[in-house]
Amino acid sequence: MPDPPHRRRAHARSSDLERYAGLFAERTRVMRSSAMRDLMAVTARPDVISLAGGLPDTSTFPPQTFAAQMTRIAQESAAEALQYGPTEGFRETVDCIVEVMGAEGMLPDPEDVIVTTGGQQAIDLICKALVDPGDAVICEAPTYPGAIPVFCSYQADTIQIECDGEGMRIEELEATLERLDAEGRKPKLIYTVPSFQNPAGVTMSLERRRRLVELARSRELLVVEDSPYGLLRFGGEALPPLYQLDGGDFVIYIGTFSKILSPGIRLGWAVTPPPVMEKVVLGKQASDLCTSTLTQYFVREYFRDGNWREYVESLAVIYRERRDAMLEALAKHFPAQASWTEPEGGLFIWATLPPYIDTSDLLAKALRENVAFVPGQAAYVDGRGRNSMRLNFSAGSADEIREGIRRIGKVVGEQVELYSALTGEATEVAAQPEGAPADEAENVLPFRKAEGE
Amino acid sequence: MKVAVLKGGRSLERGVSLRSGARVEDALGRLGHEVLPLEADGELVKRLNEERPDVAFVAMHGPGGEDGTAQELLEILGIPFTGPGVAACARCMDKVLAKHDLRAAGVPTPDWFAFNETAFRELGAADALGGLEQRLGFPLVVKPSRGGSALGVRFAESWFDVPEALVSAFSYDDRVLLERFVDGRELAVSVLGGEALPVVEAIPREGDSYDFEARYEIGRTDFVCPAQLGEPESAAVIEAALGAYEALGCSGFSRVDLILAADGPQVLEVNAIPGLTDTSLLPQAAEAAGMSFEQLVERILDLALAPASA
Repeated sequence: MPDPPHRRRAHARSSDLERYAGLFAERTRVMRSSAMRDLMAVTARPDVISLAGGLPDTSTFPPQTFAAQMTRIAQESAAEALQYGPTEGFRETVDCIVEVMGAEGMLPDPEDVIVTTGGQQAIDLICKALVDPGDAVICEAPTYPGAIPVFCSYQADTIQIECDGEGMRIEELEATLERLDAEGRKPKLIYTVPSFQNPAGVTMSLERRRRLVELARSRELLVVEDSPYGLLRFGGEALPPLYQLDGGDFVIYIGTFSKILSPGIRLGWAVTPPPVMEKVVLGKQASDLCTSTLTQYFVREYFRDGNWREYVESLAVIYRERRDAMLEALAKHFPAQASWTEPEGGLFIWATLPPYIDTSDLLAKALRENVAFVPGQAAYVDGRGRNSMRLNFSAGSADEIREGIRRIGKVVGEQVELYSALTGEATEVAAQPEGAPADEAENVLPFRKAEGE
Repeated sequence: MKVAVLKGGRSLERGVSLRSGARVEDALGRLGHEVLPLEADGELVKRLNEERPDVAFVAMHGPGGEDGTAQELLEILGIPFTGPGVAACARCMDKVLAKHDLRAAGVPTPDWFAFNETAFRELGAADALGGLEQRLGFPLVVKPSRGGSALGVRFAESWFDVPEALVSAFSYDDRVLLERFVDGRELAVSVLGGEALPVVEAIPREGDSYDFEARYEIGRTDFVCPAQLGEPESAAVIEAALGAYEALGCSGFSRVDLILAADGPQVLEVNAIPGLTDTSLLPQAAEAAGMSFEQLVERILDLALAPASA
């Protein structure tokens, strides 16, 4: 029977796979995959309350606004909107970007901006321009889980610097730079999410922002400031972006419309010094020629209305309520041995459990209660983070968040009790197995203890 | 012939099951069968009743599909199905039950102790752990009793590791076993219709052998088939594997995992429904025996439809 013409013939023999395996590039060996992906696949079941995602809420975007803008594009500029565009992006899109950055006190030169297919592509293109196999790349510990596969695919030697309540520990960064110096190496870039970090929810202090920029300038190092959440602030003082402190010589800025408008339009950007931009543009040409023209037209129309800031503020109100619901539920349902961050913006809370609980295993137990989170290991390259978890508060309703945290609290509580029964020790002072890293017990992030009811 | 392929389900091995199922569907299509892909969800029984397939190919792994649950339903509906029956599935899925049956049948399996979570929570079983050191020694292996893959399996090098390993294992099941660690070569013997296929040896490239990731990823473990074994070794391994297959009442096909130690083979577990993905061991073993994947699938169907034997 002849195969239907459009279908790939399935692999009939495992030697077929071996044949492909011999063709794989070296860089694919370090890409992460399967077990975690299989576990995460289960979190997508419809009956699961997932605090694992990172989805912004798009449900309050007015459908009539969307319809009106797309109609206007169709009527006034169908041919152009359906055409290729410049690799750097349209000047009108860049104007919108300059407006968004202006709202945080930055004034980039439009020539330094490239429109990308989401902020994720910006990370990829910057690494593509800068990183050779074996090059040192520095990031935070924990870091954005989506950046790790990018660093891995360029075969970077990824070095993670601990965070505390004020963000990346600069002394540790300095020590690392000294060590690299001694080895005759220099990191190609220092990647940071300074505001409402994904996953930890912490914000880098002004003092540390200044020191990081000073370090970059004095040592001539490139800092990549990834700032998807900067405008989603619901508490505390607005701090100047690294880009503003530096003026754009040594700080590359990555922004996105994902969290202030829509992740589905896949529109982000990078701002880099001109020599870097030249390479990034070449890289983008090779990757996808240009960012979607249609969605750039959509952003242009949307900004023409002039209401974008109100929409962002309405999102911040929603997220604040959900964050509060999560913090309240954590205090109520998590045991005294747990601690967590209190973000002043963004989408995530980072919770840390006693060192004897592995959150990858805990996820299996949580899934039986139909609730999911991201195990902390996903935010590290080296297996650390085993007793932490990332909790998202932007995607679900306050009620779902309360119920989700109640369920996670239940399984955590059961494991704490079990450990106590196993060791015969009061769980308050959990015994430290010999050789366990000391800093795991008094975790470095500024945690608030559960207060009970 | 109309063949339903049961796949998916709620177990943690859902992803593997979907890959097994898809590959089986492709093969069935090429063999000229009418293929009915069925997600194991709330509609399953209704769909089976509506469609009345001639036979069901069970491509599910882990609790729900490999533990006798789906098989019980298929028996009630009177639909023949591939792989072992209800009782064999239930025994294979529960490592503690399986080990009791293996030992009773004289099949070598490493010494072990099993505990229910309630034993620790309510009966003070922690005090009984003191006997472990002289009975099992260190290192030992801590495993959830029911769990189809290496999820939740930990080594304990010393006392300090045991409570944490137990907490991990109890995340997957309310019963765990602590098993003597046996050092040796890791072998898998696939049994098809009561006959052993060529032995596969798994040689991990890095890390420890109980790495869940490594099992499903190309390039993390080298698989050698047929394994390089001397004549007496090979005979002992196949005898142990067939003994385990029979002791647990398997039929159709199954895969026996064992360790070949200096003093002979030790059976670790029997997988009632081993994976059929691109990287799975049963298809590799069949291939080494000269069977294509289509021939393997056809043979599995024949065994399901044959009058009770094999």
